[in-house]
Amino acid sequence: MAGKSLSTGKSLGPIRRAFAPWNDPAAKPFIQFQNVTKSFGDFTAVDDLSLNIYEREFFALLGPSGCGKTTLMRMIAGFEEPTSGHVMLDGQDLVGVPPYRRPTNMMFQSYALFPHMNVWDNIAFGLKQDGMPKADIATRVDEMLALVKLEKFAKRKPHQLSGGQKQRVALARSLAKKPKVLLLDEPLGALDKKLREETQFELIDLQVKLGMTFVIVTHDQEEAMTVADRIAVMDQGKIVQIATPAEIYEQPNSRYVADFIGDINLLEGHISSTEGGVTTLDCDGTGAKVQVNQDGGAKLGDRAWFAVRPEKVAISLSPPVDPSVNAVTGEVWDIAYLGDVSIYHVRLATGATVKATITNTTRLVERPITWDDKVWLTWSGDGGVVLTR
Amino acid sequence: MRRGASWFNVTSITLGFAFLYLPIVLLVIYSFNASKLVTVWGGFSTKWYVSLLTNQGLLDAAWVTIRVALLSATLATVLGTLAAIALVRFGRFPGGTLFSGMVYAPLVMPEVITGLAMLLLFVAIGFARGFWTLTLAHITFSMCFVAVVVQSRLVTFDRSLEEAALDLGCPPFRTFFTITLPLILPAVVAGWMLAFTLSLDDLVISSFTTGPGATTLPMKIYSQVRLGVTPEINAICTILIAIVATGVIIASIVTKRREVERQRAERLAIQGV
Repeated sequence: MAGKSLSTGKSLGPIRRAFAPWNDPAAKPFIQFQNVTKSFGDFTAVDDLSLNIYEREFFALLGPSGCGKTTLMRMIAGFEEPTSGHVMLDGQDLVGVPPYRRPTNMMFQSYALFPHMNVWDNIAFGLKQDGMPKADIATRVDEMLALVKLEKFAKRKPHQLSGGQKQRVALARSLAKKPKVLLLDEPLGALDKKLREETQFELIDLQVKLGMTFVIVTHDQEEAMTVADRIAVMDQGKIVQIATPAEIYEQPNSRYVADFIGDINLLEGHISSTEGGVTTLDCDGTGAKVQVNQDGGAKLGDRAWFAVRPEKVAISLSPPVDPSVNAVTGEVWDIAYLGDVSIYHVRLATGATVKATITNTTRLVERPITWDDKVWLTWSGDGGVVLTR
Repeated sequence: MRRGASWFNVTSITLGFAFLYLPIVLLVIYSFNASKLVTVWGGFSTKWYVSLLTNQGLLDAAWVTIRVALLSATLATVLGTLAAIALVRFGRFPGGTLFSGMVYAPLVMPEVITGLAMLLLFVAIGFARGFWTLTLAHITFSMCFVAVVVQSRLVTFDRSLEEAALDLGCPPFRTFFTITLPLILPAVVAGWMLAFTLSLDDLVISSFTTGPGATTLPMKIYSQVRLGVTPEINAICTILIAIVATGVIIASIVTKRREVERQRAERLAIQGV
């Protein structure tokens, strides 16, 4: 079952590439959070948060547990009401509208399939609530069963299904009513890694095919990067950064985001120059100079951190042409050989460790750089960013 | 060490079961006694069962008992289920612990005290004692048993099932009847059965709260025994035992069958058929 793909077979490239309503000032937001605060007693789950999500967008809320992402989603579904502020959907204020009158549907983390109903009745449940004629319900349910390739399982009860099949039933049930927004609460958390990766692409296909707005909550950064048009990284009830996956990864706006998404090296220092579109950072301890092609974001004299991804750091046994800029030296402390790549942990004179990821492009078993070698680490002026928070 | 039946195990099992069931076995055997003397075996006979059918007093008492048990068990189940939902769902509220403690208090309250308290209440408000006071008293003491049984089921109930129903457009009231109730039904039925049996064999509280014309079977049996045990009493007790045993056996067969069915289905799912 796991191998069956929901893919339409057509490339979604052109649709996905052209889609960027958040850059269009004339575009109307579809879901709007306006200064929303949600408190549970003394605990503030969501703190004065404003956010726009656009129609047909696949939007991810990403953050560690307790960051408020689930609360935010539950406010769209109607299971939580904001303590203050407004939640708007398609121009309509949702505050005070009970969940059973909202044009949104949710796919639950636990799937929440009704155990006393079979697959067919589970999918039909929402349609029956609307008083849809019996014949129409049957057509729609069969359509949904075909969509998730579960036609043969219509009469099964949930406990007679595997994890992947349950996930599909839950998806079909939440899509059956053609909601304006589909909310996905950690939808793939219970699946094993391989099935999860497949399902991520199926979700993307489905979202484009149906032209629906999807909002997904996840703590898995890879999942968010794979499926989403835009990601909001959350921390302690606030959004730290909203951007496309590539922007989040390449241009994080803070150490928190840089650290949360992927692996990062941080070198601390102060800003010594910001002239000519180049920001210069003098590193503490080593005194190494970092020059980044970056305009703004840091002022002269600021405490700042140079953030560079391990795969953008080059490792070499010989010093670079100009070892005073964008280079540090140290000893190889540890090597993690992962097959496709090797990660070198290099200990600097200050005691800090910098990681460099090198793609293993040859079939050498003995690599030229090994433990305790004195090496040079270098990067280009476009390799990293200077962050002040 | 040898497994199985050592003389020690056999002896302890024999003694244990004898301790539990010898009185009941004797009672059943003597219900088929031809002699009028309870302790003297006079040959096999079913005449006491026949004479039972003509004993209007016992039959009336049995009818009262069944009506009270059916009515009080049903109402106690409704009230107990509502109480359980309130206790589990309202979360913490000021006095919540006290409230839940108070629901359970009747479980451990001596029956004499509950009975006396009910009697005093009925006298104070001038409620004529009879069938209805009896029923009310039975509801009061059996309701908390239902609440305990239903509450233990609700604690493990996945709330996201109800949220899913709401999310799919089902209003709260309908959600309760289409999702929550069907799923907690086994616990509710178990609660009802418990309330029914408790009502069926209650003697102490019934004695306090009943009035003329509403004598229950346990009260009737007890009062007759004081005048001397007749084999008729043995016969009616045997019938009661048969009814209860049948209920227990049916319930366990149903549970067992459902368990087997569930395991088979899970095996199917794991195999991915």
